[in-house]
Amino acid sequence: MSDSISNPAPAEQNPSNLRAEVDGLIAQGAFDLAARRLAELWRHDPASGTANFVTSRLDELREKLGGKLALTKFKLAILRSFTVEPIVPLLRAEAFIYGIDLEVHVGDFNTYVQDMLDGQSSLYRFAPNAVVLAVRTGEAAPELWRDFADLAPEAARQAAERVVQGYEQWIGAFRKHSQAALIVHSLERPSSPSLGVLDSQSEAGQSGLIRQINRELLRIAEGFRGVYGLDYDALVARHGSEHWHDERKWLTARLPIAASYLLQMAREWMRFVVPISAPLSGRTVKVLVVDLDNTLWGGVIGEDGMAGIKAGPEYPGAAYQALQRALLDLSRKGILLAVCSKNNLDDAMEALEKHPGMLVRAKHFAALRINWTDKSQNLREIAQELNVGIDALAFLDDNPFEREQVRSALPEITVIDLPRNPLEYASAVRNCAAFERLTLSSEDQQRTEMYAAQKQRAGAEQNFQSKEDFFRFLEQEAELEPVSELTLARVAQLTQKTNQFNLTTRRYTEPQIAELAKQPEWHIFSIKVRDRFGDHGLVGVAIAHDQGEQCEVDTFLLSCRVIGRTVETALLAYLAESARRRGRKRLVGWFLPTKKNAPARDFYEQHGFERQKTDGAGSLWALDLKSSTLHSPDWIKLKVTTETKPGGMN
Amino acid sequence: MTASTLEQVRNVASDILGIPADKITAESSPETIENWDSMQHLNLVLAIEEKFGIQLEPEDIEQMKNIGAVAAVVERLQSAAL
Repeated sequence: MSDSISNPAPAEQNPSNLRAEVDGLIAQGAFDLAARRLAELWRHDPASGTANFVTSRLDELREKLGGKLALTKFKLAILRSFTVEPIVPLLRAEAFIYGIDLEVHVGDFNTYVQDMLDGQSSLYRFAPNAVVLAVRTGEAAPELWRDFADLAPEAARQAAERVVQGYEQWIGAFRKHSQAALIVHSLERPSSPSLGVLDSQSEAGQSGLIRQINRELLRIAEGFRGVYGLDYDALVARHGSEHWHDERKWLTARLPIAASYLLQMAREWMRFVVPISAPLSGRTVKVLVVDLDNTLWGGVIGEDGMAGIKAGPEYPGAAYQALQRALLDLSRKGILLAVCSKNNLDDAMEALEKHPGMLVRAKHFAALRINWTDKSQNLREIAQELNVGIDALAFLDDNPFEREQVRSALPEITVIDLPRNPLEYASAVRNCAAFERLTLSSEDQQRTEMYAAQKQRAGAEQNFQSKEDFFRFLEQEAELEPVSELTLARVAQLTQKTNQFNLTTRRYTEPQIAELAKQPEWHIFSIKVRDRFGDHGLVGVAIAHDQGEQCEVDTFLLSCRVIGRTVETALLAYLAESARRRGRKRLVGWFLPTKKNAPARDFYEQHGFERQKTDGAGSLWALDLKSSTLHSPDWIKLKVTTETKPGGMN
Repeated sequence: MTASTLEQVRNVASDILGIPADKITAESSPETIENWDSMQHLNLVLAIEEKFGIQLEPEDIEQMKNIGAVAAVVERLQSAAL
């Protein structure tokens, strides 16, 4: 099986000792440690019984800690045509190790249609962050599933069309009533079609029509923001239909999934919940740090040498190539790669540059730490070098000892438990929910190249007498424009992920940004930056809100890779200028301090704003637009696309 | 019935029913344990199947009237598989 992400080497402690330890720690009031042991228990023994133990102790911790439980609250509703109750504890335990305190609402059997259509239903009263629509083919398309042999071809085609129309109508109604994310299960195809092999000879057969429905469901999902497809048909196929299903449980308890696969259903849902919850937690894994010996390649380069290490198209090197391919796929999704390895630098670099069987090369890594220093120290440095928080790192290492050490020194890091068999390494990485993304911007796809250019820039900076000389040398060009269909995903993503240079840290989803952009008193701008070394892409967002005589800066943020090069001044000057043009007299804005946004603390003061007041939340600053001399630095070439409201968004 | 099967069943039941294992005996049943309802019974069945790697038939589930009976069913299925 390829689902070994959290089935690692056997527990050092046996699970019942861990249970007793957790209870002891809770009784002593050592809640943080209790939570960590609880996570350890789940990682070592992800079974139904354990899930019930974990969730009951989690509830206890929440009660004891009041509002101080360091987890992100997330509300998930499951609309269903089958029994999902036994999956819920597994799902909540799995969410817990991703730092999510999951509250689950389960709809009644087969009431999903009225739940979605009726704006007053228990679904909407629950106010979910996300909703799963888990309907099986037998309930969604009973004629096609059960009575297919009785249907004339035209009637079958019409039945399929009706199914699609139904979904389109319910999803449309859902979007009217709720901004929550919606995850729609695809319909599975029968493992034994009613006409046997004849069925696969035509697109209009039983399987063909169900496939067609699934294609249409994806088309519908693409038409709405925040509606996503979960390929249930592929999920069942991945595990094998005969294994996945348990006909006895279906007939006796309306539970179609066999006991040993309930966890896989929970994990598939988590692959959606993790990226959907990122805006709430402010946490996204952005970098995967990998070990080299026996992880990226087989063997130890310092001992086995270039000829001895394993990486290539044949067994056993193929297992490592498969992992390398998985890493390259992650970097195409915008996840940076880095190396942290205890090795002699020259040995390791030779293998990275010259070994013929390697698919990843030194250029694919945004940071390298190849030395004999403690790994947690190296990981801290990598986070610093790449300008990300420690919690944005994931760590991949074959050595359980290193993993435990990193986990205990840096509990914020996502540590991936590699299975023992290298043939399973690639799927352990591919199945990790921390790397899932539901939208992809062009910035994501080019991020590795951008970091390589940044390394060059940092080198250049040291050769200049003054900052100003350096800024001129950079030849920065900035493009300012109102948010549009094309930039919406990236703009929302930046509000969700930017922690350091972010004055108010307000998180917005795509539907929320789209909604704000329609309001005449709201103005949402993005800024793209280029310089002589390369294109940074869309790196900044400002949201301004006109309120009578004044304009309030609701959001002002820049990706950390461009801060300190006066782009922030250009963006602020533009906000002031455009507010003045709209007849506002003052530009005001809050600075709301968080654990991470110290780099933005003095921003308003440095730009001539006066402090109005300070309260528990932060400080309010104002700039008189009549007397202000704020202007964009002359070394930045500005291109401004003026606002075309209200036509820009629809 | 070996003590170890019974003990493992008691541990699973303890997790599922949220009751300390030492409060669960071979005689514990839906009549003596308040929150052992039909949904918990399903959860227990699933946890037992998963734990012991067995598949319970509806007839087996029918027989599982108390913890001792659950352990007996597990042992019968395990020895049948040998």
